[in-house]
Amino acid sequence: MKHIAFGILGAAALGFTASAASAGTLDTVKQKGFIQCGVSTGLAGFSAPDDKGDWQGIDADFCRAVAAAVFGDGSKVKFTPLSAKERFTALQSGEVDILSRNTTWTINRDTALGLNFVGTTYYDGQGFMINAKKLPGVNSALQLSGAAVCVQSGTTTELNLADYFKSNKMEYNPVVFEKLEEVNAAYDAGRCDVYTTDQSGLYGIRLTLGSPADHVVLPEIISKEPLGPAVRQGDDQWYHIVKWTYFALLDAEELGITKANVEEMKASDNPEIKRVLGQEADTKIGTDLGVSNDWVVNIVKAVGNYGEVFEKNVGSGSPLKIARGINALWTKGGLQYAPPIR
Amino acid sequence: MASQEILREEPSRASFINDPKVRSLFFQTLVIVILFGSVWWIVQNVIDNLARLHIASGFGFLKGRAGFDISDTPIAYTSDSTYGRAILVGLVNTIIVAAAGIITATIIGFVVGIGRMSHNWLIQKICTVYVEIFRNIPPLLVIFFWYSGVLAVLPAPRESYHLPFGSFLNQRGFYFPRAVWGDGSWLILVAFILGLAMAWFVARTARQRQMATGQQFPVLWTSVALIVGLPLLAFLLSGMPLAFDMPKQSTFNLTGGFQVKPEFLSLYLALSCYTAAFIAEIVRAGIRGVSKGQTEASAALGLRSGPILRLVVVPQAMRIVIPPLTSQYLNLTKNSSLAIAIGYPDLTATAGTVLNQTGQAVEGVLIMMIAYLVLSLVTSAVMNVVNARMALVER
Repeated sequence: MKHIAFGILGAAALGFTASAASAGTLDTVKQKGFIQCGVSTGLAGFSAPDDKGDWQGIDADFCRAVAAAVFGDGSKVKFTPLSAKERFTALQSGEVDILSRNTTWTINRDTALGLNFVGTTYYDGQGFMINAKKLPGVNSALQLSGAAVCVQSGTTTELNLADYFKSNKMEYNPVVFEKLEEVNAAYDAGRCDVYTTDQSGLYGIRLTLGSPADHVVLPEIISKEPLGPAVRQGDDQWYHIVKWTYFALLDAEELGITKANVEEMKASDNPEIKRVLGQEADTKIGTDLGVSNDWVVNIVKAVGNYGEVFEKNVGSGSPLKIARGINALWTKGGLQYAPPIR
Repeated sequence: MASQEILREEPSRASFINDPKVRSLFFQTLVIVILFGSVWWIVQNVIDNLARLHIASGFGFLKGRAGFDISDTPIAYTSDSTYGRAILVGLVNTIIVAAAGIITATIIGFVVGIGRMSHNWLIQKICTVYVEIFRNIPPLLVIFFWYSGVLAVLPAPRESYHLPFGSFLNQRGFYFPRAVWGDGSWLILVAFILGLAMAWFVARTARQRQMATGQQFPVLWTSVALIVGLPLLAFLLSGMPLAFDMPKQSTFNLTGGFQVKPEFLSLYLALSCYTAAFIAEIVRAGIRGVSKGQTEASAALGLRSGPILRLVVVPQAMRIVIPPLTSQYLNLTKNSSLAIAIGYPDLTATAGTVLNQTGQAVEGVLIMMIAYLVLSLVTSAVMNVVNARMALVER
């Protein structure tokens, strides 16, 4: 009885911390002076520490953008690396203020897990990577029956994998690890034949392998993986700040506002640009949101617009060289579309 | 008369508050009320908070479809099975690796423990080095040593080591032929059970005869003959209903046969080696704890060194060995949760995945804690029974 009581006590601690954190995330964040941002344990292009120990990637930059909106300073972020299994508990319990960790938006996570996804910062899909040198002649995922497949536990990837092999009546041996580095090491050592995760992730992981040129990503995309940041439910103000930070990044790109020209743009004649940058007389857009009126200026100064963030981290400015594809703005045939700031 | 009056007066003179019985009853009730009250308060608090954060709660999720696959499934499981089933698979895996580890650790432990007291210099030093190495390295590192240091550097499936009897060893594990029993093989099982029963009966009769007449009977060899011989006879009589499913090379892996995966192997070997070092020390302490006079007295009675160890020293040493041995068994079981580092689907791993897929952390953690608690209590209970049988019966 005593043991069980202690057990419930321990489990209850989860509940307590959650209650402490939900008393207005914006106020708590302002009080402590920084945003606690949950990122991955290291996925190139999304969130990974560079050689100086600074976190780089789309997901890391997104947290900087939120910090810029709240504090006017993109550096007021502290990063918490989380494994796929830890991430939701960390957000629910208030350990992090934003979960910006290449996380797939699903209905279950939006409802039963008590999260709110703010949008899709990266449209992705699940793919497969194999060592073409060891497995010549394999050029389709449909030839993978009987393979050992490395996958990270507690992900949608793990579920899609099971569905895909089942629906194609193929067999496989799952080799499941909790941490990304463990999956990488096992794949590199040859413990499994196939590595499966989001395609963007595969390109990033390929760069970290012993001999990247030997590995090919198979053409099949077996799922929709809209990756985006999430916050806790029940705090609309914080949800709006994070959501509109994402929209601001998109609107800035659409209006041609960049890190380099943001100061000049303030003096633009275009009323839309003036409004977005908070230069309209008696504007209340920023203050209504709970931040300063020049919040978009701060965001763009800190990280640039969405296009700049993309190109720097996963696009032409990065070793990954991923094309914009469906992540282009809606005006350029992509899916990235933001409601107007007005 | 006077003394009687004083006795009768005693209870009334002492205040109700000072009555030790009332006091202890009062405080015990108080503790229970506080304990249950705080548990109640905590549970309510958790339920309220989860509801307020819009996080689903309750154990209904256990009936939902799991949707993920598990690499080692000792009981039937597919991605269509329930979350509850997935946790059960994990529990069975934990029990398998713990049971296998306990048996092996005990054998290695006894051999090394006795070896440390050997008069042979080489054996003694080897055993000492073994104990000092494994006792002083964290178990997680021992697991990594086996996983990354030994098993991961084995050749790829296409360049497997060919071992005798059609078995293979490569970085995907150890493959050996699987026995496929044909019609009439139930006869062999019956013969085996019959052999066990007869061996037990022979042992009992022999003991009674020795008690009564002092005459000995070769129990060991008779038992071996019964337990091995009877099934063998049944096997031959039923026309050898046995085929082998041999492991074969296919596109990616070896298929067919029986595969022991490197995750299981490294966890099992690591837990066995690590815990064996502690068991060795416990065994050594137990044997050292038997007074030297016992050995000398037995020798004076004319017993040789084998029977001295078997009949005099070990039975007394076991009384010292078993209680700390229980703790080591519990440690081994709990250390098996380190499996998560190398991806063996034990209870912690599968329940953790379920926890993550459903987001029900409180329930998930609770299930894990109760499962380990029950496992540990069962282990202790079994060991307590063994201990009670071994304990000194004073006459």
